[in-house]
Amino acid sequence: MNRYLQSREVILSAAILMLILLISLRFPAFIAPANLANVFNDTSPLMILAIGQMIVILTKCIDLSVAATLALTGMVVSLLNIAAPDLPLVVTIMIALSLGAVLGMVNGLLVWKLNIPPIVVTLGTMTIYRGVIFLISNGKWVNAHEMSPAFKALPRHVFLGFPLLSWFALAVIVIAAVVMTRTTLGRAFYAVGGNPHASVYTGLNVGRTQFWAFTISGALAGLTGYLWVSRYAVAYVDIAGGFELDVVAACVIGGISIAGGIGSVGGAVLGALFLGVIKNALPVINISPFWQLAISGTAIIIAVVLNSRANRPPGRIILKQSEPAA
Amino acid sequence: MSPTDRFIPDRLQSPLTRRVKSWETLLLAVAVAIFTFNAFASPYFLNAWNLSDATFNFTEKAMIAFAMALLIIAGEIDLSVASIVALASTAMGAAAQIGASPAVLVVIGLTVGLICGAFNGLLVTVMGLPSIVVTIGTMSLFRGISYIVLGDTAYGGYPAGFKFFGQGYVWWVISFELVAFAVLALAFGVLLHLTNFGRAVYAIGNNPVASLFSGLRVGRVKFILFLLTGLMAGVASVCLTSRLGSTRPSIGFGMELEVVTMVVLGGVNILGGSGTIPGVVIAAFIMGLVTFGLGLLNVPGIVMSIVIGALLIGVIALPRLWAMWRG
Repeated sequence: MNRYLQSREVILSAAILMLILLISLRFPAFIAPANLANVFNDTSPLMILAIGQMIVILTKCIDLSVAATLALTGMVVSLLNIAAPDLPLVVTIMIALSLGAVLGMVNGLLVWKLNIPPIVVTLGTMTIYRGVIFLISNGKWVNAHEMSPAFKALPRHVFLGFPLLSWFALAVIVIAAVVMTRTTLGRAFYAVGGNPHASVYTGLNVGRTQFWAFTISGALAGLTGYLWVSRYAVAYVDIAGGFELDVVAACVIGGISIAGGIGSVGGAVLGALFLGVIKNALPVINISPFWQLAISGTAIIIAVVLNSRANRPPGRIILKQSEPAA
Repeated sequence: MSPTDRFIPDRLQSPLTRRVKSWETLLLAVAVAIFTFNAFASPYFLNAWNLSDATFNFTEKAMIAFAMALLIIAGEIDLSVASIVALASTAMGAAAQIGASPAVLVVIGLTVGLICGAFNGLLVTVMGLPSIVVTIGTMSLFRGISYIVLGDTAYGGYPAGFKFFGQGYVWWVISFELVAFAVLALAFGVLLHLTNFGRAVYAIGNNPVASLFSGLRVGRVKFILFLLTGLMAGVASVCLTSRLGSTRPSIGFGMELEVVTMVVLGGVNILGGSGTIPGVVIAAFIMGLVTFGLGLLNVPGIVMSIVIGALLIGVIALPRLWAMWRG
C-alpha cells in the first residue's frame, strides 16, 4: 500500500488533479468534461511522442530527432497529398508510419553498427532531416487550400464522442502498455537499459534492441507527423520546432530515468498530460503564454530532483569506522 | 594467426607519426581543403574584409565551445548555454534602458552568466543530478525568464561605447571578437593542457570514482567547469548583443547544438575523457569556413545545416567504417 502511494504514477495523477481543481476553483468551466476531453485531444501528439521517447530512454539512449522526423514526414505526406489527392488515407498513414520508421532506423543503425553515441547521432540527423524538408519543399509552405478535404478532416472526425486524434493516442497507449509489459521485446528494452552487461550474458543483443527502440520512436513520430499537418492544416520547414525538448520533458516529469531501465507508459502519458494541462490552463487563468517556457523548465527541474530522491543508490562503505579503543 | 593473438609492438609509434595520424591533423587537412575549395569556387572569398567578416560566424560560439569542451571532457554537458546568452542579454538590455554605462553592462552580462552557471553546477554537483536533464530544464527556465520579461517586445538603445565588443576592430581587419577568441583559446589551452586542473578534468572524465578515491575534489572541479561555461556564455552574450544592437528573447536560439557540434567535431569524446583545445579551434574554423563559403555560393542557411549535421556524423562514422572495412 505504502509502495503504491509512493509510485510516480499516483503522485503525478494527484498533482494533475490538484492542478485541475485549483484552476476550476476560479474558472469552473475548465473542469467541464468537454474541456478536459479537449485538453486530452490537444496533448495527444505529445503523448504519442513521449511513449516513443520513453522506449528510447529506457535503453540508455536519447532521440533528439523526433520533432524533425515528425516535420519531415508531415511534409512528405502533404506533398504526396498534393500530387495524389485521391490516395486512400490508410495508405497515407501507412506511408507516414513507414517513413518515420525508416528515419528512426537510420538513427538506430548508426548507434548499433557504428557505436556512435545516440546524442551525437540524433543531434546530427535532427539538423539533416530539417534541411531535407527545405530541399524537398523548396522552403515553400503547404497551405490548407492545397490539401484535400479528407486529408484534413481525419484527425477531427468524431467517433464515439471523441476526435480520431484522441483515439490514435489511446490506441498507441494501449498497444504500448501491452508491448512493454507482456512481450519479450518490451522486457528487453527494460533489461538492456537496466543492466547492459547482464543483458549480454542473458543473450540479448543490446545494439539491436536499441535499434528497435529508435525504429519505434521514429514510426510514432511519423504517425504524429501526418496527424500534426492534417490537424493544423499547414506544413512548413519549422513545424514542431523545439518540440523534442517538450517530449523529453514529458518523459522526465513522468519519472523515466535518463540513466535507463526505469519508467512506464503510464508515467510518460501522465508527464505529457501534466504539461498539456499547464499549457491549456495558462490562457484560461489569464497568464501570458510567455510564462509557459519558464514553468515547464521549473517543472522539469523539480521532477529530476524528485526522481533522484526516489532512485538514489545507497552510498558504499569502503572502510568501516573503527571501534573506539576501550 | 588466430584473431585472439595480440601483439605488443617492439617500438611505439614515434611522436611524429602519432602527430601526423592524429585527429587534429585530419581536421586541419579538412580545413585546408575547404579553404582551397572556397577560394576556387568564389572570387569573393580571398578578400581580407570578407574573411574577417566570416570569423563572426564562429567566434561567439567558439568562446562557449572552449569551456564546453572542458565540461564534456569531464563527463558532463551544458545544454542551457544558448538560454544563458538570452538571459544575460535580457539583463543587459534592461540595464541599458535605465542608462547603464558599457562597463556596467559588461559586468551585468558576465555576472548573470556566472549565476546561471552556478545554478547548473549546484544542481549537478550538490544534488547529484544528471547534467543532461538538469540543463534541458534550465534551458527552458532561463529562456523562459527572458520571455516573461520581454514577451514579444525587444530591447534596443544600447550606449554607443557598447558597440565596440561586437563591431569594433583592434587593428585593420582584426576585430575585437577575433582577439578575444584567440586570447580565450590560449587561456583554455593552457588551463586544460598545462595545469593540474586540466589533468584533473581528464582524470574525472575517464573515471570519476577512481578520481574521487585518488583525492580529487570531483564535485568542486565540475562546479568550477559549470561556472566557467556560464561565464563564457556571458562573454558570448556581451559580444552577440553588442553586434546585433538589440535583444529579443529568441536571441541565440539553437546555439547550444552548434556549440556541441563544434566540440564533438573537434575530436572531444562526447562520453568524456579525451579531447584537445587545438582540435576545437580547428573545428571552429571549419564550421566558420563551411558556413561562409556556402553563403558566398548563395546556399540557404538551412542547407548549410545539412552539411554541418553530416559533418558531425561523418567525422565520427568514417574512421569507424574504415576500421570495420580494414577488419
